[in-house]
Amino acid sequence: MANVYFDHNSTTAIKSEVLNAMLPFMQSQHGNPTSRHVFGRNARDAVETARAQVAQAVGVQASQVVFTSGGTEANNFAVHGITAGLVRNGFEKGQILTSAIEHPCVSKPAQALQANGWQAKSIPVDENCRAKMDALEALLHAPSSLVSVMMANNETGALQDLPQIVALARAKKVTVHTDAVQALGKVAVDFNELGVNAMTISSHKIGGPQGAGALVLDKRVDIEPLLYGGGQELGLRSGTENVAAIVGFGAACELAMQNLQKYRQKTTALQAKLDAALRAMGANVFAEDANRLPNTTFFAFEHIEGETLVTALDKAGFAVASGSACSSNSGEPSHVLLAMGVAEDIARGAVRVSFGSTNTAQEVDGFLIALQQEVARLKQYSAIAA
Amino acid sequence: MTTGRKPIYLDYSATTPVDPRVAAKMIPYLTEDFGNPASRSHAYGWVAEEAVENARSEVAKLVGADPREIVWTSGATESNNLAIKGAAHFYAPSKGKHIITVATEHKAVIDPVRELEREGFEATFLEPDANGLVSLEKFKAAIRPDTVLASVMFVNNEIGVIQDIEGIGNICRENNIIFHVDAAQATGKVKIDLEKLPVDLMSFSAHKTYGPKGIGALFVRRKPRVRIEAQMHGGGHERGMRSGTLPTHQIVGMGEAFRIAREEMDTENERIRMLRDRLLKGLSEIEETYVNGDLVHRVPHNLNMSFNYVEGESLMMAVKDIAVSSGSACTSASLEPSYVLRALGRSDELAHSSIRFSIGRYTTEEDVDYTIRLMKEKIAKLRELSPLWEMYKDGVDISKVQWAAH
Amino acid sequence: MAYSDKVLDHYENPRNVGTLDKNDPTVGTGMVGAPACGDVMKLQIKVNDAGIIEDAKFKTYGCGSAIASSSLVTEWLKGRTIDEAYAIKNSDIAEELALPPVKIHCSVLAEDAIKAAVADLKAKQGK
Ligand SMILES: Cc1ncc(COP(=O)(O)O)c(C=O)c1O
Ligand SMILES: Cc1ncc(COP(=O)(O)O)c(C=O)c1O
Ligand code: FES
Repeated sequence: MANVYFDHNSTTAIKSEVLNAMLPFMQSQHGNPTSRHVFGRNARDAVETARAQVAQAVGVQASQVVFTSGGTEANNFAVHGITAGLVRNGFEKGQILTSAIEHPCVSKPAQALQANGWQAKSIPVDENCRAKMDALEALLHAPSSLVSVMMANNETGALQDLPQIVALARAKKVTVHTDAVQALGKVAVDFNELGVNAMTISSHKIGGPQGAGALVLDKRVDIEPLLYGGGQELGLRSGTENVAAIVGFGAACELAMQNLQKYRQKTTALQAKLDAALRAMGANVFAEDANRLPNTTFFAFEHIEGETLVTALDKAGFAVASGSACSSNSGEPSHVLLAMGVAEDIARGAVRVSFGSTNTAQEVDGFLIALQQEVARLKQYSAIAA
Repeated sequence: MTTGRKPIYLDYSATTPVDPRVAAKMIPYLTEDFGNPASRSHAYGWVAEEAVENARSEVAKLVGADPREIVWTSGATESNNLAIKGAAHFYAPSKGKHIITVATEHKAVIDPVRELEREGFEATFLEPDANGLVSLEKFKAAIRPDTVLASVMFVNNEIGVIQDIEGIGNICRENNIIFHVDAAQATGKVKIDLEKLPVDLMSFSAHKTYGPKGIGALFVRRKPRVRIEAQMHGGGHERGMRSGTLPTHQIVGMGEAFRIAREEMDTENERIRMLRDRLLKGLSEIEETYVNGDLVHRVPHNLNMSFNYVEGESLMMAVKDIAVSSGSACTSASLEPSYVLRALGRSDELAHSSIRFSIGRYTTEEDVDYTIRLMKEKIAKLRELSPLWEMYKDGVDISKVQWAAH
Repeated sequence: MAYSDKVLDHYENPRNVGTLDKNDPTVGTGMVGAPACGDVMKLQIKVNDAGIIEDAKFKTYGCGSAIASSSLVTEWLKGRTIDEAYAIKNSDIAEELALPPVKIHCSVLAEDAIKAAVADLKAKQGK
């Protein structure tokens, strides 16, 4: 197995402190938080402590945090639930505007709603992966119900200007949701400062376990559930709470906040080193001029297939990703790059490096040596082929 | 009687402890093998994917399904929502908008059906007989030409009764009705063979069978092929039926839990039946007690009893040394008497004074004996306090008393 | 549900549990609530010639807060006059026992029981 992991935007190893927080809830503390006996009350207390930790990480009150099974569910919940809430309150069905670079778990539910009489429209992005404000403004001339633009893109790491997006939407009284799954723990995420109405976060991208996420809601949002049943999460999300994962999520949030400064310093330095070397090697670095996450670099070499390069790098001991690793369909060139206007053959060469706080400069040096070798070797093949 | 010790856990129907063997299997997937099973480009992803597929086979094996018929979800609540809304939406245009279910279903079935009603579906909530079982005649009588879906739980979470799934399934087949079964309380307790059972969709949850919380599965039959509309869209995981990063460690936990269930359920259930019968015998020595639900068509893990003339909440307070539930712990705390017991025609008073004892893998004979002693002592004390008990003993017919509205 | 220590104390060691002769002309009996609501409270007071309550007994079918509320009022009632008894408010009971909002109605029930017992006594003595 590859021993250097550069794929932290896909998922992260959990921190030992997080594991230690979780273990009791995988062992002796097994209560169902709904139960009224002491086993249940202990589980309930643990869930509420975690809720406070998550809330603090994004600057909200605990009551604004609804736990879900992950980012995908939270995004589906946001898109389905907010639109259903509008209908219940007697509003007309307007446009659902999502950026062209959203994770499919935002854009697909929006498209699915078209069958129910909603109109899903895409907000175009510029060559640096940033939503085009003039285009958004123009789209907002037609009656609109929801705008969803991700805070940070999972592939390029490009950060969006959310306060400006919120200002445009607010002027038309349109609800704004943001998918902050990739931003949390990497840059400061302050729900109120962003001004959005709803925000998605996920545990396994920040050193917590898979299986927990949350939708953070501003109190004005009247949202309908996606899952109906026992009435957990104040009726907004039924299903027995995943206590251990929620506890892990809470602990991971607290740690991520404590380490944010260090994380940024460290990954920024690694990214600068990698980017400089890539440029020197003649690679395309995508969204190069955008404000980016400090840990993410998405690049391509002309005439080299991303899949091929990634497989070669894996053999050399480096785990990186081609295209987006969060979605399970491969083969297609990245929809993010196509939306940025990148030519298809270049997009097919895309490789993503995403650092974590445990990565080191030596690992980047080693990676660059391997990359140079593999690129030289593969260029030879493609020259022969051509 | 001693207090201050950790209460005896007799609430296995609310949730089970994770079996230590399951926890041990899960932990490596939280630490060294932490990959995202959807990562195609490196070994971290492949290792996770392989673990997920092994677990899928284990789940399939316990219930006689093909691994390709198993879709991961976050639990039985999600499975039920996906099955019910997903099948209703998919088949309504060709079949119609009528749904049959049962008044004693879990909220995770009732509430999605209610949501469909708001969308314009019509639903029949069948009242079971006084023993908690749905008769085939009643079921047949509820069928309409536009009945698209029926949902009947395998094992009831409050009273443990086992429905005639095969009988109901056959009727559904004859009438071209999609049949969903909530089997959250059935795995490891009753034999399930989906190769033979005429069921189209079946929901499972890990945390009722010694696996972790937050993971479940939906069986979606391939032959004849059953279709559902997805409710979570995204990366297209699980053949498009359920998107979302798969929580590898939890899936591994569910697989291991179901493997253990398959291998050990026969012997385990015998032991549990013995304990339950011992508990039943002991508690039956108390005057004016009633077992809720059929005792024959019932899993051995469950005993639900009403203790007449004592009130449920004070009873719960009195028995702090055992962790049991009054009503279902899966639904949020409320002072309402259990809707399940009311559907059986139990009076509010009896419904109020019911306790569900659910027995499991770590229950011992001493636990049962202690429970019997505790119940006898506390019931006697509360009855001493109860004006109703006094009236009963004086021969007053309480049902004839005119009670002031309150 | 987290009960206060006072509720627990009354619940574990209820005071004045029992029954007085309801046909005694100096005994007033109040029975309030209904089994279907999950609570029935029977409260009895016995007054002396001076109109002072010299004994009080209760039996309660209900939650811990209802049991504690009725146990508490039997303590309070002894030694009071009928009018003083009549003046006991549910809020006094709720405050003394630190009842949470969802349990206020249990204290209302106790107040109702006092009023019913007093009314019964007055009806008997008015004759
Ligand atoms: C931007 C973004 N949103 C949502 C998700 C989905 O979150 P989860 O994996 O928790 O379902 C991912 C990655 O998987 C992501 O990168
Ligand atoms: C019969 C039944 N169905 C569904 C559920 C919900 O399952 P989960 O907690 O996995 O969402 C439960 C218990 O919680 C149950 O007992
Ligand atoms: S008397 Fe009804 S809850 Fe207390």
